[in-house]
Amino acid sequence: MEPVNQAENAKLFVEDREHERHFDRLIWAMRVARDRAAAAVPEWEQLRDLASETKEHVLSHLAEYLEQFEESAKRNGVHVHWANDAHDHNQIVADIMAKHGARTLIKSKSMLTEECDTRRFLQTRGIVVTETDLGERIQQLDDQPPAHIIGPAIQKSKEDVAALFARTYGSDPNKTDEVYLAQQMRNHTRPLIEKADVGMTGANFAIADTGAIVVVTNEGNADLSGNVPKVRICSLGIEKILPSNKELAVFIRLLSRSATGQPISQYTSHFRGPRKDGEMHVIIVDNGRSERLGMEQFWPSLKCIRCGACMNTCPVYRRSGGLSYGSTYMGPIGIIMMPTFDIHRYSELPFASTLNGSCSNVCPVKINIHEQIYAWRGVMDQKHQINLTKKAALKAAGNILSHPELYQIATAMADAALKVLPHFAIYNDLNAWGKHRELPEPPKQTFHQWYRHHRLKET
Amino acid sequence: MSARQDVLGRIRNNRLPAKVKPEVPDFPRLAKTDFLPQFRKGLEEMAGVLVDEQPGDFAAFLRSRFPNVKNVCSAVPEFVGNSTPEEYSNWADAGDIDVAIVRSPMAIAETGSVLLSETDLRVNTIGFLAHDLVVLLDPADIVENVHLAYRHPAFRNTAYSVLMTGPSGSGDIGGRVVHPAQGVMTLTVIFWPKI
Repeated sequence: MEPVNQAENAKLFVEDREHERHFDRLIWAMRVARDRAAAAVPEWEQLRDLASETKEHVLSHLAEYLEQFEESAKRNGVHVHWANDAHDHNQIVADIMAKHGARTLIKSKSMLTEECDTRRFLQTRGIVVTETDLGERIQQLDDQPPAHIIGPAIQKSKEDVAALFARTYGSDPNKTDEVYLAQQMRNHTRPLIEKADVGMTGANFAIADTGAIVVVTNEGNADLSGNVPKVRICSLGIEKILPSNKELAVFIRLLSRSATGQPISQYTSHFRGPRKDGEMHVIIVDNGRSERLGMEQFWPSLKCIRCGACMNTCPVYRRSGGLSYGSTYMGPIGIIMMPTFDIHRYSELPFASTLNGSCSNVCPVKINIHEQIYAWRGVMDQKHQINLTKKAALKAAGNILSHPELYQIATAMADAALKVLPHFAIYNDLNAWGKHRELPEPPKQTFHQWYRHHRLKET
Repeated sequence: MSARQDVLGRIRNNRLPAKVKPEVPDFPRLAKTDFLPQFRKGLEEMAGVLVDEQPGDFAAFLRSRFPNVKNVCSAVPEFVGNSTPEEYSNWADAGDIDVAIVRSPMAIAETGSVLLSETDLRVNTIGFLAHDLVVLLDPADIVENVHLAYRHPAFRNTAYSVLMTGPSGSGDIGGRVVHPAQGVMTLTVIFWPKI
């Protein structure tokens, strides 16, 4: 399969200026809210340290914690399954459903099930799957993957949603009020929830010593999916384990504040065992994570708690849209995770970054995201995954940037040339930056010329 | 070899150098007198409603807050409603409830959250399939922060528990948080000391 061309996909996104601005504004608002929330907690940086150290401790004792979780969950009456990969996971879900003669499944939002493409797997086997999260349901109705980890449909305007609901639910296409639209979703989904055979959730955290699965939602989707049907299935990535509730508290305090700036989400739900007349299944999923644990440079991405803060702060993500990455995980965290799934397909992603380091600065578990992005570029070069045009351009840039005199001459010449060159000579396929933007007016002098003229003269 | 052995085997082969588990402090900061105002702030920020005095005539209070309701399901001894949780042996039928009343055993000042577990709800679905939820809370049961909250035995002893903070909401359309989402439309917390 061809590598995902993130830049080309982003081109389509930025061509629609209205959507681009709307998306940028919404995403940046979450970043601002995150900053405000973090500043209101005096021990914020201490919490980040604790979260990072806890995750590293767990990852260095992962097998033991998984065994402890399994033992606790079984003691609580939970059926525990293990899955090597996405296919294993999906087959286990299908088998549980077949055992119960179940044909309908309701789900709360889960990035792991997106990663496993569970919905498609089940639907091709005749199972009707209904996403209960509003954003996820919107994307399901539009047959699109999520554009953001916590706001799957955030790329759509309310006018887009009104048009989609008119097409799929028969609602009034001219009514774009969010309350009306959310009510449409509730009216159409509630009956499906009440009649579903099986419910499914992901897991934000799993607690080794209590055997609990912890799920955080704004709508109560996990509570509905996990309680209304008698059979509950929870999909759990192996890296989501925490030792006890003591550590859980740290992560609950960080998660929503980092994501949206809320002190906590509306629902923080804890599933320790089945309801009295029901069944609870937990599927522990690897799907490449144990191999990533052995990657000396790239194991820290296993610390991720899926808050989306790195996306919200990333200038490239905000101006290229979540779908441009062509991947389950998008933005800075997607850039460093996706090549571990398929290095060729996601070989272009590490270049969708300015390496400004803001992603690492806001990460609640202190993943060195920007350093990993840079390291992935090196890996792509070593593994011959960089196309020749990009490689030549990077080599030329490397030469110029590593020779200060050459850099000063080049910038002066470029500024002079920009003033006289015709349009076609500037805006062509070799100038990726200028494809969607006008270049700024060249300055009268370069910074070095200005510095020599003003500052050196003064000394 | 089973998938279990495969997964655990690969993890052990790729084991990281051992890192020490850090000690998590409780981070106490507030004076006890600040718990109530902080709780109110947290709850109201999440669109919850706080009634800080026990109503003299609770039936009249409910009629004024929720006019025209037909089915009030009470899980508390303080009020006899039209139904009890036990009448919903099919948990999916709890969508018929207009107002559910339940007592929370603990709340968190830091976040404005109330704890509800299967012990309090008796039928879990009354807490989110009902149209509106009223929670009775003894102000003495408010703890300062999330660290202290997780000491509550419900998190170790019950099969289901939830920290609920405001009514069900969604900001998935255009970023504006609205409250007809999938769960309850309103959450009202009433300060009401235990009997």
